[in-house]
Amino acid sequence: MKLSYSLKEMFFEHLTRFSALLVLLLLVAIFVILFAKAYPAIDAFGLSFLTENRWAPNLEIFGGFSAIYGSFFSTLIAMLLAVPVAIGIAIFLSEVAPERIKTPMGVSVELLAAIPSVVYGMWGLFYFVPLVRDFTGGNGLGLFTAGFILSLMILPFIAAITRDSLNTTPKILKESAYALGATKWDVIKNVMIPYAKAGIIGSVILALGRAFGETMAVTFVMGNVHNIPDSIFSAATSIPATLANEFNEADTELYYSSLFYLALILFVISFTIITLAKFFFLKRRKKV
Amino acid sequence: MFKKIIATVLLASALIPQMSAKDKLVGAGASFPAPLYYDWAYTYKKKTGNKVNYQSIGSSGGIKQISKRMVNFGASDKPLKSLELTNKKLLQFPAVIGSIVVVFNVNGIPDATLKLKNSVVADIFLGNITKWNDSRIAVDNPNLNLPNKKITVIHRSDGSGTTYNFSYYLSGSSSDWKSKIGTGKSLDWAVGLGGKGNEGVTNLVKQIPFSIGYVEQAYKSRNRMSAAVLQTASGKWVKAEDKNFKSAAAYASWTIEDNFYQMLALQKGDTSYPIVAATFILLPIENAGINQKVTKFYDYSFGKRGDRSAKKLGYIALPDATKDMIREYWNKHGINPR
Repeated sequence: MKLSYSLKEMFFEHLTRFSALLVLLLLVAIFVILFAKAYPAIDAFGLSFLTENRWAPNLEIFGGFSAIYGSFFSTLIAMLLAVPVAIGIAIFLSEVAPERIKTPMGVSVELLAAIPSVVYGMWGLFYFVPLVRDFTGGNGLGLFTAGFILSLMILPFIAAITRDSLNTTPKILKESAYALGATKWDVIKNVMIPYAKAGIIGSVILALGRAFGETMAVTFVMGNVHNIPDSIFSAATSIPATLANEFNEADTELYYSSLFYLALILFVISFTIITLAKFFFLKRRKKV
Repeated sequence: MFKKIIATVLLASALIPQMSAKDKLVGAGASFPAPLYYDWAYTYKKKTGNKVNYQSIGSSGGIKQISKRMVNFGASDKPLKSLELTNKKLLQFPAVIGSIVVVFNVNGIPDATLKLKNSVVADIFLGNITKWNDSRIAVDNPNLNLPNKKITVIHRSDGSGTTYNFSYYLSGSSSDWKSKIGTGKSLDWAVGLGGKGNEGVTNLVKQIPFSIGYVEQAYKSRNRMSAAVLQTASGKWVKAEDKNFKSAAAYASWTIEDNFYQMLALQKGDTSYPIVAATFILLPIENAGINQKVTKFYDYSFGKRGDRSAKKLGYIALPDATKDMIREYWNKHGINPR
């Protein structure tokens, strides 16, 4: 009886260890495959792939700069638009809003997160693009439109997770602060946000990952052209959009492997961003 | 609860119809003829009970999969030359013809009124002509009220046989295009926005005022868009109409020796629409038994009923002479189903 119990223990322990290792293994395997498939392009273009802009598949000329640029700036626009609004929503829902509207509003924010990205893309193309067009006089598709749609998509993530982490602030902390004469603003700024920082940064990282890798919605509204936009209202492309658009018909080896090169870059960039953010955040946390 | 779930699963699996012992063929490739192949496969299954499962994954994918023998037949919008066919041990024959039209969205200019020289189309897509009231457009359209607005060019963002055929036509119409951009399934476009698939281009052209793009004819008629009048190879004006597509097909000089390698764009003839293209079927040379089942499907689909579906869906059925030649080709390779 005792033996079987410890056997079970052991089995369970190994199972959990195996599951954890599996994730690591997957990560390495993905990297290796991406690198191997991208190798012909890495061999042919080297690092100049990162800075070259011309993308002419029929002439076998490939440069990834425009896609990297587009990915980077559309994500930046999305984060700039979404983070302040989302944190505002979270604060309102956890601290400011009266009890009876907390739930319906909270649920509707969460519902936003459940809308598939292709729907955001279609909505963007049919309703938001004409608005941008009327406003700017261009054709309405481009970097800004993509960034705006992305910001809508990541908004609920940041808002919901931030609200939940703000809600974890122990009541006793808040009440002590109020007892010491703190205003609502003081409590939010000096008690709740520091307490919930881990969750807030976590949600922002998650959102960043999603915005960076988003494909469908971006493909609809970004314009899908390989050039460096001359303004934020001009058409551009991103790495995932390029992959989604061109993978099916990539018929030469160099074309195929250039797309893998782009995928590798996407992988490395998102990995780096997330690692940096985690590192930064963990270091900060130790101090607290 | 658990019992209930099991019972439901059992019931569901009992309701799934039993797989029949009939033939089942798998094909993959070009997306452009996919709606027609689905329709043909549906009719064929109703008639014979044999299944044809076609996966619309793009021409390059089709060529790749049939080269690796992952499917029973491949389909490509771009014909392969005999040398490549020999290398990959493939047979090739055309299945149906389609046409590509230049569509635009300019208020007040109806379908089939705007005349664009082939060289003007090239210059618009090169970004050399940027306004609708440019004198080179106006000179052929004295009766139209062309707006002083910027032209937004819409092209494909994905690699596509449609782009291949369209750029082949532009390369034949403008030396400037040929030297700067060239022919290919995806290009380094000079100007414009990219839409994914025919439907992506259709959506963008409909969404963006004063835009111009190119789509398969079927998309134009289904979405009630306006198409431009273009020129034949000899410079005569020709509308995007069925009889003009057919005329181009009739001038095609297919040969069995070449495995039907032939571009249909810019064909001879005074009424031949300039951007017409055939789509092709690829078969593995060694697999006569299965090939015969595939040719049986196409033999059936080349009949009256298949032709009617083709017409209904916006394609042009192969001329009878071509169909006879294909059957002869099958004979030569011992895969004629009859």
